Amino acid sequence: MAFLFLCLGAAVGAPARYLTDRAIQARHDTVVPWGTMTANVAGCLILGLLTGVADAHRVPEAVVLGVGTGFCGALTTYSTFSYETFRLYETGARLYATLNVVISLVAGLAAALIGLAIGSAL
Amino acid sequence: MSHRWETMPDELPATGSTHVSPDAGPLGRRPVEPGHGPVDPDADLREPRQRREWTAHRWVLPTIAVGGMLGASARHGLELAWPVQAGEIPWATFMTNLGGCALIGLLMVYVVELGAGHPLLRPFVGVGVLGGFTTFSTYAVQTTDLTDAREPALALVYLFGTVAGALVAVMLGIFLGRTVLVLLRRAARRSRAGARRGR
Repeated sequence: MAFLFLCLGAAVGAPARYLTDRAIQARHDTVVPWGTMTANVAGCLILGLLTGVADAHRVPEAVVLGVGTGFCGALTTYSTFSYETFRLYETGARLYATLNVVISLVAGLAAALIGLAIGSAL
Repeated sequence: MSHRWETMPDELPATGSTHVSPDAGPLGRRPVEPGHGPVDPDADLREPRQRREWTAHRWVLPTIAVGGMLGASARHGLELAWPVQAGEIPWATFMTNLGGCALIGLLMVYVVELGAGHPLLRPFVGVGVLGGFTTFSTYAVQTTDLTDAREPALALVYLFGTVAGALVAVMLGIFLGRTVLVLLRRAARRSRAGARRGR
């Protein structure tokens, strides 16, 4: 039963990343993949929140699987992140490739920590 | 790395793509060089064909949703088969992320540099399946879990090991795809030359 929630979460999460990416990429003119980064950082924040709440309270498995594994897992991506980084490097935008990695890691970890702190305080 | 992709494989047979866009080259293939092709596998908006994709194909979003379900289920299966031990590197997520990176490298060579495949192939496999399979959020939270378990060194190893491994994996996927392309092109040229001699 909980597996259905995982599928449902992923079915929402993956198109949500695609639409977020499109919406953000349409609003700037730089080569930095801000769209993927936004989806990744947002997913880290939500998963951090959920994990923080689940540490302090009892959260049904369906919610953990649906929101955490399904939605956050499909909203965030490592394949697109590394492909974009490699392509930036290959096309000569080496500074942006490095910045993409550094900003994604710092912002992703910070978002997860902020989510965890808020979640466990709830 | 040398780039010899300016000449597209006109010898190769068409691979079932019926979608020919106005910006497509001969035989529906856009002549894309690695240096100037799309960077964003979700939808590179500098590519007119991909910018219109969402409105041109009403099946794009449902396709991505189904792909995401399949990818996330596969990741969940691996996590169940290979559970995380507290204070240890989460190998299931590590391998999932690296595997997904290698596969997107292969896929993008096939779709972008060869310009082949069904128009829904990249949304389905690239955005849906591989996007659902790989994860950034679990990776970030797992890194904080390792520091919570008083394993700051392992947290750093996991954090940077995944980035380094993922970049190597995506590179290997791309190089493997391009090598296969070169070999196919060479074989096609050879068989064409053989056919000419035979006449």
